Amino acid sequence: METKVVLDTDKWIDNYADYLYNYTIVRVNDSDLAKDIVQDTFFAGLKSAKNFEGKSSERTWLVSILKRKIIDYYRKINSKKGQAEVRMNFYSDGDNEGDWIEERVPQTWENEAEKSIENKELKQQLASCIAALPEKYRLVFTMKTIQDFDTEEVCNELEISASNMWVLIHRARTQLRKCMEDNWFNS
Amino acid sequence: MFKNLKITCDEATTICDKNQYGEATFYEKLTLNIHFIKCKVCFLYTKQNNTLSKILKHQAKDCKGKSFTLQNEEKEILKKKLKQTDI
Repeated sequence: METKVVLDTDKWIDNYADYLYNYTIVRVNDSDLAKDIVQDTFFAGLKSAKNFEGKSSERTWLVSILKRKIIDYYRKINSKKGQAEVRMNFYSDGDNEGDWIEERVPQTWENEAEKSIENKELKQQLASCIAALPEKYRLVFTMKTIQDFDTEEVCNELEISASNMWVLIHRARTQLRKCMEDNWFNS
Repeated sequence: MFKNLKITCDEATTICDKNQYGEATFYEKLTLNIHFIKCKVCFLYTKQNNTLSKILKHQAKDCKGKSFTLQNEEKEILKKKLKQTDI
């Protein structure tokens, strides 16, 4: 039987590596990790190349493999721990259910007006606070906030529900708020 | 009927978060504003959340549209690795 598709892996890299890398880094926000995922994608592509029927373009096919890899990665970090804790800032039962837990209450920001001007240091502080977020929150948060993905896109791509997404966004925003409070506004 | 308009702080902050992305409904925003009347903490949270959104928007402007590429050496290494795993 003759092979329909002749594999030219050099060409794959030349044609698609940058595209796949860009696609990944926008989502995972970490260059080393993105490189690993892209590499895994090429390997997986090579392994399953015989299943490629040429119905879609090579790039589309590789992207579909890449999407799986991103979901797998996301599942891995999201299942480690903490999925059970639904809310971190509010009492989850009793008379106070849904109220703020006292020590989690936001503090007033002292120098907000003069400190919130746009400057380089502010940007650096914000970036380091985002970097300090736990991976599973950061990924969803940056996709939604920095890269402007629709809720539907985020949910489809990571295979999570919208309410799950909002919980993650809430946690990310609270941590970010606290981090900026401690290191910027009230420091 | 007013009973339905009552929400917890937990719910209020979720609505506030959604609203940062323009995704809270009119009804949700209404309940949030009613909640503010009795809850100064959520009011403060919202105010700070708005400030965060403002600075995040600047950050997003810088990051969006940036294009990332791999180094040529990295591509060469990748090519070699792929060749070694002949199947």
